[in-house]
Amino acid sequence: MTFLPRSLNFQNSEILTIFEYKKSMHMKPSPLTVFVARGLTKTYHMGEVEVPALRALDIEIYQGEFVVLLGPSGSGKSTLLNILGGLDTPTSGEAFWRDHNLATSDERALTAYRRDHVGFVFQFYNLISSLTVRENVALVTEIAPQPMTPEEALKRVGLEHRMDHFPSQLSGGEQQRVAIARAIAKRPDVLLCDEPTGALDYETGKVVLEVIARINQELGTTAVVITHNASISGMADRVMRMADGHIASVETNPHKLTPAELSW
Amino acid sequence: MKALDRKLMRDLWQMRSQAFTIALVVASGIGSFIALLSTYDSLQWSRQSYYENARFAQVFADVKRAPRPVERQIVELPGVSAVETTVVQDVTLDIPGVAEPVIGRMIGLESSRQPSLNRLFLRQGRLPEDGKRNEALVSEGFSKARGLKPGDHIAALLNGKREELEIVGIVLSPEYIFASRGGEIPDDKGFGVFWMERERLASAFDMEGAFNRVSLTLAPGASEATVIDALDHLLEPYGSLSAYGRKDQNSHRILSQEIDQQKTMATVFPTIFLGVAAFLLNVVLARQVATQRDQIAALKALGYSDFAIAAHYLKLVLAIVFAGIVLGFAIGAWMGYEMTAMYTLFFHFPHLTYRIQPWIALVATGISLAAAVGAALGTVRSILSLAPAEAMRPPAPTRYRRMLLERFGLAHLLSPQARMVIRTLERRLLRTLLTTFGIACSVAIIVSGTFWRDSVNYLIDVQFYMADRGDVNVMFVNPVARSALNEIGRLPGVLSTEEMRSVPVRLRAGHHSYRTAVSGYPPDAQLRQLLDTDLHRVPLPPDGILLSQRLAERLAVKPGDQLIVESLEATRAKREAVVAGVVNDLVGLSAYMDITALNRLMSEGESISAVALTLDPTQAKAFYARLKEMPLVATVSIKEELLRSFRETNARFLLFFTAIVTAFAAAIAVGVVYNSARIALAERAWELASLRVLGFTRNEVSGLLLGELAIEIALAIPLGLWLGYLLSVLIVSMMTAETITFPVVITSSTYVYAALVILAAGVVSSLIVRNRVDRLDLVAVLKTRE
Repeated sequence: MTFLPRSLNFQNSEILTIFEYKKSMHMKPSPLTVFVARGLTKTYHMGEVEVPALRALDIEIYQGEFVVLLGPSGSGKSTLLNILGGLDTPTSGEAFWRDHNLATSDERALTAYRRDHVGFVFQFYNLISSLTVRENVALVTEIAPQPMTPEEALKRVGLEHRMDHFPSQLSGGEQQRVAIARAIAKRPDVLLCDEPTGALDYETGKVVLEVIARINQELGTTAVVITHNASISGMADRVMRMADGHIASVETNPHKLTPAELSW
Repeated sequence: MKALDRKLMRDLWQMRSQAFTIALVVASGIGSFIALLSTYDSLQWSRQSYYENARFAQVFADVKRAPRPVERQIVELPGVSAVETTVVQDVTLDIPGVAEPVIGRMIGLESSRQPSLNRLFLRQGRLPEDGKRNEALVSEGFSKARGLKPGDHIAALLNGKREELEIVGIVLSPEYIFASRGGEIPDDKGFGVFWMERERLASAFDMEGAFNRVSLTLAPGASEATVIDALDHLLEPYGSLSAYGRKDQNSHRILSQEIDQQKTMATVFPTIFLGVAAFLLNVVLARQVATQRDQIAALKALGYSDFAIAAHYLKLVLAIVFAGIVLGFAIGAWMGYEMTAMYTLFFHFPHLTYRIQPWIALVATGISLAAAVGAALGTVRSILSLAPAEAMRPPAPTRYRRMLLERFGLAHLLSPQARMVIRTLERRLLRTLLTTFGIACSVAIIVSGTFWRDSVNYLIDVQFYMADRGDVNVMFVNPVARSALNEIGRLPGVLSTEEMRSVPVRLRAGHHSYRTAVSGYPPDAQLRQLLDTDLHRVPLPPDGILLSQRLAERLAVKPGDQLIVESLEATRAKREAVVAGVVNDLVGLSAYMDITALNRLMSEGESISAVALTLDPTQAKAFYARLKEMPLVATVSIKEELLRSFRETNARFLLFFTAIVTAFAAAIAVGVVYNSARIALAERAWELASLRVLGFTRNEVSGLLLGELAIEIALAIPLGLWLGYLLSVLIVSMMTAETITFPVVITSSTYVYAALVILAAGVVSSLIVRNRVDRLDLVAVLKTRE
């Protein structure tokens, strides 16, 4: 990673840019910190009503850790994840991934950020139904700078025997594992998972969590997992509870459990 | 192959039936555009190249009799390039087994060689041999209509003397591309053109060493008007009827009028067609792309750039549109060729020259591509502008509200299913309106493409049954005394007669002038009636002149204004007359007077030039036989014969045109209806499957989906009929035909036809979609929410 702020956005007025730049130098995370956000606010406009999703949120996430974001529906978990993943931009506040200013980056910079560094796993898998399992993964390996092969990615999630099936021929848990393979195939720096077990049953959900935990350990990928299932927090390095658009509490797990040891 | 391209191929295959209907819409737009424009262009081009090759003259003059040395004087007129003179006489032909009189136009051919102007194209046989006095050439149109071929013989009454002519060749002439005795209706059966040795023709009509017809071409840059004036001056002593340019030459005038009409058709119709096709393409493709909203979002989350995603959907759309373009080219070329070929039913060209100019193809392609690309990019952009995380989730439940009917407290009248249907329509109001409008456009296209039949029928009814009530018109060679009326009246089978005086004139008002004829009728005329726009009879004023509405407009005069009436007959009388009113002629630009007033104006006694009569059909044979013996009779026009010829040629053309327009419109209707239903099905599969799980039957579930369609079609049909009427008015108002007004008359059967075609398209589409609903995989749909 170069030290130059290559993804910084200098589109605003020059004075502001210099100001921002200095601020960013000041705020630059320590080598172990991958995400830093300060005063993050996001307000949605639904017609004439303003719905605040994030209210002046502060957060830090460290290299290689496994973070679980807990919180009830509407607490702002997904909004935060989307901003960290470069899918959305905040209304105000600062958000950095290493030296990338996510709050002020333009669409092109955010696309490059997602492509090069982020792996997403969604609740509803979002596989392309007209592509086979292998092709769904290839969709990513074709555009990533240093990907693993689709075969390797699928082997890591235990699906090497189903590579030529279409999504409609797989169970929900298998589909989610394809989505994980697709997310990790690019060797992402962070893996962002939004309710990855939300649509799955207990057993299948555990298998999926095991895959995520293994990727986190074997590849050192920072993992952020959103859930409203408090039992999952046992496998996290740190658990952050969200309420009302900000981080209400942060706990460090003294004894990390394996997914197999979880129960709910 | 890239994974994204593989997705493209599979998506295309998956939506192949929808893609096919969209391609049909494109093909319809492009097909009609190419067909109509290329037909126009080909006709224009055929005419131009034929005129050049045949050296078609630019100025024509008819004289009573001018000695041949005058020809040299004509050549020496400034502005004249080449001159050809000849002898032309209309004679009665005697064809075995044909009762009604047939007119032959005999044209002298010098020393049996090709004329220097208006050259003949020899289709079959040979030119007459020098010295073989009974050899003749016949026009192709007549030879086909009467089944004549080289070696056949035909009898002609040359100045009352029966002569046998041997046909040695079949030819075409640029002067008779359209052959009629002067009317608007092709008359290849009753009017033939013959070329025979000039000497022989001249001796039969006392024209030795003389000519009665001049054709000439102009030197580059010469003014036609100046040459015509000089020629009139030179020929005046020889009984000139005033020279005229191409625009007054009958064949050229009719052909040009048709080309002008074709031009209007070719610009208005395809523009609307392609516009509608582009609009539908836009709507349908936009909805198609919108159904992939979650996939677009997923691709974006995976790190695909907006550009790559847009390019992907662009490829999808272009693949469909290119298929449509290729199909449209094939249809357009075929239809254009057929239409151009149909013109040869009444326009006789030596070669059917059909071509498609590259610009026509390029414009059609460009418009379709722009519409498609606009649709794809517009939709992709609107989806890309959504935050991907939001787009990726299944769309939030749409916010429904109580519908209008409920707010009026009438909801209890409706079943829950009916409420779902109506709420969906209300909720997606814009989409409902667009779909309805799209279907309405198809209806409108059918109406405006089919009403021509009604219009022509109305025109025939008004002009040939309400205005011209006689069965036969007999025209004399020269004006004759009124006593001829009684002579005709005594012929067998004649029930009633009415005299007419027709004077060829040039009408002038200020700097406007027009060459036509003033017709004089008796004030109480029964067989020829003048009508106003409401089809009420306009009485002939005892004084003054009545003009066709369009003639009054052309001369920029109104009732009460003065006109100068210049007779083009031998007397060359120049008089003033007052415009007494206007009449609503649908065909022709004419002037009318009381026959007594006309004769007074021309300082003539009681002369007449034609007789209209009603005939007892059982005695028609005897009547025609006696009529053929009357030397004063120049031509006879038989209404039934004219109308039959008109119907044979025009009906075929109209039928073809109507069938094609209907097919195109139906393709568009299917494209809209089917795609709407398929997209609605894709969007609501989950909801419909849920209802099936709750115990709804297939019928009930299909009813929900098809109920929306049924309501849209029900709304679209009346709207489309109204739009069709407006479209017809627009097209007619853009038709600049000088001598014919197509009335916007649309019968209820045309409306019913348009409605039925669209209903059929709707039913077919519904059945296909219904089949899909039946095969809905309940488990799969509920498992993956996509």
